[in-house]
Amino acid sequence: MTNNFSLLIPEFLVTGLAFLILSLDLFVSEKRKDYLVWVGVIGLLIILGITLLTFTNGILYQGLLVFDDYTNLFRIFFLIAGIIVLISSNEFVKSNIKYKGEFYGILIFTILAGMLLSSSSELLTAYISLELLSFGLYVLVAFDRYNMKSNESGVKYVLLGAFSSALILYGISNIYGVLGTTRFDEISLMLTSIDDLNPFLILGFIFLFAGLGFKLSAVPFHMWAPDVYEGSPLPITAWLSVGSKVATVSLVLRLFCESLLQIGNEWQLIIIVLSVATMLIGNLGALVQKNIKRLLAFSSIGHMGYILMGISALISVNEDGSVSTEMTVLVINGIIFYVIAYAITNFAAFVSVIAVFNHSGQDSISDFAGLSKRSPFLSLVLVCSMFSLAGLPVFAGFTSKFYLFNAVGAQDLLWLVALGIVTSLISLYYYLMIARQMYIEKGADSAPIKVSSSIRIILMVLLVAMIIGGGFPSPLMDLIQLASEALIS
Amino acid sequence: MIELFNESSLLALIIFPLIGVVLLMLIPSQYQDVIKYSSLTISSVVSLISLLVYFSFDHSIQGYQFLYTYSWLDIPGAWGDGAGAISLDLGIDGIAALMVLLTGIVMFTGTIVSWSIKEDLKDFFILYFLLLSGVFGVFVSLDMFFFFFFYELSVLPMYLLIGKWGSSSKFPTFARTKEYSAMKLTLVLVAGSVLIWVAIIAIFIQSNLGTFNILEIEEVISENLSTNFQKIAVPLLMIGVGILAGLWPFHTWSPDGHVSAPSGVSMVHAGVLMKLGAFGIIRIGMFLLPEGAQFWMPLLIVLGAVIVIYGAISAMGQTDFKYVIGYSSVSHMGYVLMGIATLHYLGLTGAVLQMFSHGVMTALFFAVVGMIYERTHTRDSLVLQGLAKKMTVTTILFGIAGLTSLGLPGLSGFVAELLIFMGIFQSYGFGGIILGSFAVVGAAITAIYILRLIAKAFFGPVSSEWEDLTDSNLRERFAASILVFTILLIGLWPYPFVEVIKHGVGPILSGIVGAI
Repeated sequence: MTNNFSLLIPEFLVTGLAFLILSLDLFVSEKRKDYLVWVGVIGLLIILGITLLTFTNGILYQGLLVFDDYTNLFRIFFLIAGIIVLISSNEFVKSNIKYKGEFYGILIFTILAGMLLSSSSELLTAYISLELLSFGLYVLVAFDRYNMKSNESGVKYVLLGAFSSALILYGISNIYGVLGTTRFDEISLMLTSIDDLNPFLILGFIFLFAGLGFKLSAVPFHMWAPDVYEGSPLPITAWLSVGSKVATVSLVLRLFCESLLQIGNEWQLIIIVLSVATMLIGNLGALVQKNIKRLLAFSSIGHMGYILMGISALISVNEDGSVSTEMTVLVINGIIFYVIAYAITNFAAFVSVIAVFNHSGQDSISDFAGLSKRSPFLSLVLVCSMFSLAGLPVFAGFTSKFYLFNAVGAQDLLWLVALGIVTSLISLYYYLMIARQMYIEKGADSAPIKVSSSIRIILMVLLVAMIIGGGFPSPLMDLIQLASEALIS
Repeated sequence: MIELFNESSLLALIIFPLIGVVLLMLIPSQYQDVIKYSSLTISSVVSLISLLVYFSFDHSIQGYQFLYTYSWLDIPGAWGDGAGAISLDLGIDGIAALMVLLTGIVMFTGTIVSWSIKEDLKDFFILYFLLLSGVFGVFVSLDMFFFFFFYELSVLPMYLLIGKWGSSSKFPTFARTKEYSAMKLTLVLVAGSVLIWVAIIAIFIQSNLGTFNILEIEEVISENLSTNFQKIAVPLLMIGVGILAGLWPFHTWSPDGHVSAPSGVSMVHAGVLMKLGAFGIIRIGMFLLPEGAQFWMPLLIVLGAVIVIYGAISAMGQTDFKYVIGYSSVSHMGYVLMGIATLHYLGLTGAVLQMFSHGVMTALFFAVVGMIYERTHTRDSLVLQGLAKKMTVTTILFGIAGLTSLGLPGLSGFVAELLIFMGIFQSYGFGGIILGSFAVVGAAITAIYILRLIAKAFFGPVSSEWEDLTDSNLRERFAASILVFTILLIGLWPYPFVEVIKHGVGPILSGIVGAI
């Protein structure tokens, strides 16, 4: 059996691009290294075009990697997200980061990891992709090496990340030990054929969930997130909150949909508990934050709670204890839509924060006072993204939240939805506090903030995407529908 | 041409303010005059459309009119592929037609009044139009999702409108900062929408049709929406939207919000925003959940009676103009709730007419208070004295609003309240008579605080402090005269308005068993 390696063209190309940038870094003069970012951006754009043109369905290595509409959606997502994060880090890197080539090279490796995660259909492949993502991020988080906070967060992230990886690995070995397979589809088959769940198997799954919970920063595995977010260089914070989260969600979604749906009655309660805790702690924790990075860290924990809520509602348990997957597609739609909307919105928020930081070097919330006078455009984007995160129309955050909550409600979990909406009301308070700083408070400094044209374009695109995602979502939903159907078939 | 108008006029009511938002964003903020005139143009166009919609609305034809539909999003699930589950379905009945007219009037006059804002006029109008786009959207939506969408859209700009352009006030015993009021208003209203959101999702799932369309769900009420379900869903909705209508005990956001908001926003807030709440109870609560509504209405009428009296007594204790009118608004919305809760043809008609009448009247109130505040920089009736000598026209305008408020025959308030009282007396037997008496007592208390306020602030000798006051200018008088004209029109010739309301009230009450 020959493998059709053309399926992997985008991944090969991204790897090549990363190496190209790393090796260019050796040869070009210090001054010209500022152009490396554009090599990356143009490279990713070309790869994006190739991915769109050459896409075919298929599997590789006897099903270790699966390429379907789901993979493709996330591939496109990561390529676009990568372009956004590269462009928005340009100025920041120019003034704050010494080793530019390595920064961009490693960043592109994490993009690759995200693409692989969405296509991996086997536990070890998934684990390796996850490690590729994590290792890249360990380095990037500590990249601002003369900054104590960056160092601290690097160490914290490495230690806890390694711990969670160990948990995942231990979980996987337990699962393999009992079931004799690590492939998602075979796990699913094995699980339907056995009657009682072996305690080691349960232990394995619990460890696996806990490890993935670390990566998703689900409560009670969330404590690293605020510190790491605060210490990391800003573009990396953005990438942590978007890239790594979406990558993990794309893996979790495939894992649950392809192998765990049948035993939904066993894990539903666990995920519900995680989701409730995550929603509550994330949103309550954000209330008291003074630093915008920490605030956004807690806010993204809260948002992961909503995603987990969706995961827990992938199946509904009938009264006789049997599992119904009638509405699964609807819920998957909801989760993917929510993740994409979250990514767009969070990017918009972070990129505007980056633009402010590039000018002022400050990132506490009170430094945003009077921003509407200093840069009406930045404050417009930031306030729109705050409203979107809080789930107010006409932004993507509202529509996606409504869709997801509606789907969860359709699985007879209306009480969970009610709790979700209440926590989203709590979140409105702290999002409004930022709006208040920008529009109502008077700032000490009134010098206008200069925004570079590349960031301006990125923000414009994100703002439009936020509004289209909220006001005209059906084209996006059509794509998502294809992806969900691919996942469930 | 007429066909095009029929199909797209309601969409235009939502879209045009949004076009205004984009247009204003493109104008550099230093061109104050350009901003003023373009915002006036936009409001004139929108108000004109709302007038045309109202007058081309034919109340002799049954059913919803000006229908427009656009399939927005599919929701696949157990109910099938759910094609067009969420559609932008627009259409109006008699009730909505009147509310559209009200919004048009208040929007136009509010724009004129807001011209006097000095700081960041552009941003103000951007948010103002966003708000009104949402308000129009709620009134014309026939889809629960979009009802909620526009409902939230109309709450969203309030925070910045009050927080930024509002005013903080200090009273002898307490202080109200504008930030506090803005936050309180936003959080309380969004807390209400938590309940609405849950109720809407519950109705969607329970109806099991895969659609949010109100008219389609209405057809399966008897099959899919069981009585028990309705009894659970109605309180969620009633409290959720009721908060916006000033339902006791969730009304305290409203006076605080009024006091802090700039006049133009107060006008919209009390004039139309609070009506959204009552409208929501009618449109979703009564129309989709008739049995549940019937079950809970006795509670609503009691709560309505409480807020009528409570609001009126609270208003008596206030000295700040805006607090008086704020509490008075809450008290008047109590009449609306009582009228709705009668489930009686007269009561409901009266309630809708009261929504309209109160909207116009309270807009006039706030416009006038704004005129006074801009000149004196105080709204304290203890400090103001003898304004009538210096601001004669303003005094007359305030007097008209006050007399409407206490229900003087010949003005709009009288007709509406009379219908409501008759509805209450006829609806709940002995209880109705008692509650009706409460309502009448409320009107009497209104007379006390309004007349006292007028006497204190406008009559008597002019204190030296106010020697240099100027009367309202032409622009302000123009805005006020539109409102006065409307008040007089309804007061003297309510028949055509009642005819239009009947068109909407009939079908709603016909769904409720045992309603008169």
